[in-house]
Amino acid sequence: MSAVLEVRGLSVRFAGLQALSEVSVVAAAGEVLGLIGPNGAGNTTFINAVSGAVKSRGRVEFEGRDISGLPPYRVARLGLARTYQIVQPFPAMTVLDNVAAGALFCGEGLSLAQARARAEGVLERVGMAAVARVPAASLTLAQRKRLEVAKGLAARPRMLLLDEVNAGLNSTEIEGALALIRSIAAEGITVLLVEHLMKVVSGLCDRVVVLHHGRLIADGTPGDVLADAAVVEAYLGRRYAERAGV
Amino acid sequence: MRGWRGPPTPALPTRVRETRVGAKRGKVFWFFSSEKNFFVVFRLLLEISSLEAGYGSVQVLWGVDLQMSPGIACLIGANGVGKTTLLRTLSGLLPARAGTIRFCGESLEALRADEILARGVAHVPEGRRLFASLSVEDNLLMGAYQTRSGAKRGLARAYDLFPRLKERRRQDAATLSGGEQQMCAIARGLMSEPRLLLIDELSLGLAPRLVDELAASLRGLPTLGTSVLLVEQDVATALDLAAEGFVLDRGVVTLSGPASALATDARVREAYLGI
Repeated sequence: MSAVLEVRGLSVRFAGLQALSEVSVVAAAGEVLGLIGPNGAGNTTFINAVSGAVKSRGRVEFEGRDISGLPPYRVARLGLARTYQIVQPFPAMTVLDNVAAGALFCGEGLSLAQARARAEGVLERVGMAAVARVPAASLTLAQRKRLEVAKGLAARPRMLLLDEVNAGLNSTEIEGALALIRSIAAEGITVLLVEHLMKVVSGLCDRVVVLHHGRLIADGTPGDVLADAAVVEAYLGRRYAERAGV
Repeated sequence: MRGWRGPPTPALPTRVRETRVGAKRGKVFWFFSSEKNFFVVFRLLLEISSLEAGYGSVQVLWGVDLQMSPGIACLIGANGVGKTTLLRTLSGLLPARAGTIRFCGESLEALRADEILARGVAHVPEGRRLFASLSVEDNLLMGAYQTRSGAKRGLARAYDLFPRLKERRRQDAATLSGGEQQMCAIARGLMSEPRLLLIDELSLGLAPRLVDELAASLRGLPTLGTSVLLVEQDVATALDLAAEGFVLDRGVVTLSGPASALATDARVREAYLGI
């Protein structure tokens, strides 16, 4: 499989804090790649750096093209969409129009009517058609996270970076979320997801990379990585390891 | 009425003048005195009857009945059944449309949010809601705005509970990682030394190890006089941490009892634990 995203030596520094140091990650086409790590390890910063939302050093290639240093809207228009961990929908606009906004600004030059039509389809697909016409402000947090995915999909990306979009779902609801992300991947969209729900990571990811203090400490299949002593120590904690029988 | 489980602990001290109401209604169980103060422990910390609330034309709570003893309790249920709405109604962020809320024998349903806070109910909202552009320490101090004298003690306690926040106390709260923000939000809720802390989605966005650490910190709160009502999607963790649990379904409490019993209840296991 060819690499869709190739990140080499990515480093980000915030004032006195080295948030990412020399991180290299390659995502193959059609892969679901999990990115995990303790809070503050640099997970979100990685997505921010790749999508151009924060300044970084190092090289980021998307489909063979150097996108290092490009502003976020240009990265998005190239087909690399992302969601935000802190969701900020336009609260007074309907859910439908929030998604239509994602379609409207993805660089395809759609009309508002076309964007809305596409948004209808996307909402149907993510299971939010029933709330399409309510203001985004009335959604629960879990629905807002799902709305982020819908906005990303509306841009018709070839790769999607998902930042904790399943937070706030209980074990039963996670099943539906897994099915959605599987269907996205089945369409050939490469997915990189930051996640703290191990049920999602182990049930979904082809490969998992782990960040700790801004450095890559593990890279492998979910089974191997979640059993890795350094990962248990830094991230999972012993209680998880005991429950999972690792 | 359900019986008290376990021996009386000196949790939730309240001054004796507040007990009159409860005593009249036969809700007071133990009086005991320390050197200076005369304390009383309520058998029921929180008593909610037929509580209704909603937003505009949408009614969310359809007559919630709930009785919580001092200690840690959890509220579980699917997304959209009204868990957050219930917490918002308890803390006065949303007006109750009908029903009563009694907290340590006092009625809360007609009070404003600041009056409810003054009576000892603090709320850690979903999504943290820190004041961006304020430092971590200033965020914490906002949690103690009603008690100048307690602020210093509150800060010491917060930093003791979450040493990471002490390291970052001068930093803008917006620059914290997700987990640190959650710590800051919980610490801010504790700054007023509440008798009841409402926590909406403790584990949201937190690494498994950090969830364990936070749970361990919360476990100690009842002995410091703070009970906790926790909304949590990680039902296994919630039932492990809590002494009692309530299941909310479409705006009413459908099941309640000791957390250990709920954890083995077939309905709970199927609906929320995915077993």
